[in-house]
Amino acid sequence: MLHTRVIPCLLMRNQGLVKTVKFKDSRYIGDPINAVRIFNEKEVDELMFLDIGNSGKSVSPDFELLSDIASEAFMPFAYGGGVTNIDQVKRLYAVGVEKVVLNTAAAERPHLVSEAARLAGSSGVIVSVDVRRNWRGRHSVHVASGTKDLKRDPAEYACEMERLGAGEILLNSIDRDGTKSGYDLELIERVCKAVSIPVVASGGAAGLSDLRQAADAGASGLAAGSMFVYHGKHDAVLITYPEYDQLERLFK
Amino acid sequence: MISVVDYGVCNLGSMLNMLRKIGVPAQLVSTPAELSLAKKIILPGVGAFDNGMRALTERGLAEALRSKVAHGETPLLGVCLGMQMLGRGSEEGALRGLGLIDADAHRFRFAPESRLKVPHMGWSHLDRLHECALLRDLENESRFYFCHSYHLVCDSPHDVLANAGYGGGFVAMVHHKNVFGVQFHPEKSHRFGMALLHNFARM
Repeated sequence: MLHTRVIPCLLMRNQGLVKTVKFKDSRYIGDPINAVRIFNEKEVDELMFLDIGNSGKSVSPDFELLSDIASEAFMPFAYGGGVTNIDQVKRLYAVGVEKVVLNTAAAERPHLVSEAARLAGSSGVIVSVDVRRNWRGRHSVHVASGTKDLKRDPAEYACEMERLGAGEILLNSIDRDGTKSGYDLELIERVCKAVSIPVVASGGAAGLSDLRQAADAGASGLAAGSMFVYHGKHDAVLITYPEYDQLERLFK
Repeated sequence: MISVVDYGVCNLGSMLNMLRKIGVPAQLVSTPAELSLAKKIILPGVGAFDNGMRALTERGLAEALRSKVAHGETPLLGVCLGMQMLGRGSEEGALRGLGLIDADAHRFRFAPESRLKVPHMGWSHLDRLHECALLRDLENESRFYFCHSYHLVCDSPHDVLANAGYGGGFVAMVHHKNVFGVQFHPEKSHRFGMALLHNFARM
């Protein structure tokens, strides 16, 4: 393997690209298909799209838009948001999505994780584990865009998802989302130790050193939003991605 | 014209998207009759070995592939599980493979203290062992996306076209006569995968 995968994680709402802070305050930053083209040119390791206008609701994924996006994505492409049944999962694979991300549905209908894994193999199923620290500093899993507290321990929850058939865990720190304050390394380390499947860390990355720290903490994939869509201290919208040799040096 | 085998178990969207992108005409084939007319065949695949073999067999495609490819010159490219099914069988399942390559699929096994996760998901360079038209004009630094828990182990080193590394070397590409297999996903490997699929289209 060359290096730990570095994955731009893009958020969508009403067909537009947005970025949030702590899962709130979403700001419009551009056109999703344009962003995919740019990330294609930059030869990113992988791309993740989450429709947050959809998550926790029973609105079906926007298959037409996803089909357009997938036809431009020549790297592994993951999608999440509004996926609630196996027919949707099937359709997502058919339009060219490699990995389907389940969050609320995984908690409410765990058998969907198993069904999806039977359909496309575990590697096509990511369970997003969104975590917030409570007032005592303890981690707890949330669903429905962070609005519903499951009061479950993330490591134990991730293990359950692995048993159900998830091939990967997307580990989101809600508290760090959009804050550029670095990944929650303690959380990453704990969950990575608990599961034997790859964990993609998300939430808080500001720069290359954050990526390195999360990889050292055990993450197999490093997702970031702000880091790849904002530039400078005033957060001007600019889509960037590290040069390949930069990443090679970083993970040496 | 490349015929992509559609046997109902996997994502064909990505493969078709990329072939379209590089201007290679492609069609889906799902019956033995359609397959018998194919000039070049891609056998994609994800998921469990037995699922794949069962789906191929139920549709009569396993037998059709064997007779078309083993007794002819039609080039066949197996991708990911499609490559593993070219072998005799897999630790993952009980069913027999296509038997077009003398090889078996084994699971990645690492020491408990190892930090390597299974499936292996990520990008790798290739360590090329033989010259082959499939690798023509590919830059040395070409990298490919892998996503798998099993890998082929070949009887004959002559059938191994390239290795890649994950906790040691494993077979990334096989070649025996008109049969080719890639463990990685060329359709998800940017311009590197495009170059490889171009080469296959030109065979």
